[in-house]
Amino acid sequence: MLCGEHLLDREVKTGFACDLISEMLAFAGSGNLLITSLKNAHVIHTAEVMDAVGVIFVGGKNPNLAMMKEVDGSRIPLLATHYLMFKCCGLLFQHGILGAKRGSVQ
Amino acid sequence: MIGCSTGNSEPRLQLEYQINERDFLSAGESASKTKKALQQLGLKAEAVKNAAIIVYEAAMNVVIHATSGRLKVVIVPDEVVIIAEDVGPGIPDIELAMQEGYSTAPHEVREMGFGAGMGLPNIDRCSDKLTIKSELGVGTVLEARIHLGQKGSPA
Repeated sequence: MLCGEHLLDREVKTGFACDLISEMLAFAGSGNLLITSLKNAHVIHTAEVMDAVGVIFVGGKNPNLAMMKEVDGSRIPLLATHYLMFKCCGLLFQHGILGAKRGSVQ
Repeated sequence: MIGCSTGNSEPRLQLEYQINERDFLSAGESASKTKKALQQLGLKAEAVKNAAIIVYEAAMNVVIHATSGRLKVVIVPDEVVIIAEDVGPGIPDIELAMQEGYSTAPHEVREMGFGAGMGLPNIDRCSDKLTIKSELGVGTVLEARIHLGQKGSPA
């Protein structure tokens, strides 16, 4: 858990895994958990615009947390895992998180 | 940077952002600020999200391709109008640039997760009306309109 512990009561039903900002903006509906191997602060802005409920950074390398907090990471819970993308998504799916519906707005 | 005047019944707002070459964070900031401002005006979620996406992508185009630019978001009673005006190389073939996946972004930009060739198609998808005027070696003016009460904001 990197930040946003106070937001952990949010319910997550669907996930969206992506490493391209434009695809996040193009395809993701609202209310998804964003899973990405990008590590930059742009992810936070993008998560905000796409109404993501949280972000998981995969691959073990911690993102630049100071930068992210500056961007206002406080309103989106940020998590990091050492699992790579496929494993992380597989585990989430196993635990009932479904794939995002394309482009749906809540 | 933000001018706001509230009329008797209809909200009016104008936001302006200066966008500079390679200032990637400013693009995201513009989108976040636009989103917050439109939410505060009480616009429908879909219109807010579409406007934020247009601002993000339009600003990102300026950051990646142009020297500098200005981005304006104007909310009139029945429309959100987003105008991005830049000083830059211009777009040689707008039809080609509108195709998904067509990109002239350099490698380092792609490494950051940008430049996938989805920017203009995304803007088009989120707009009710899109106009692009470009002059080679001079710059580009993009104008995107979201009708409120229609596609952008179902009543």
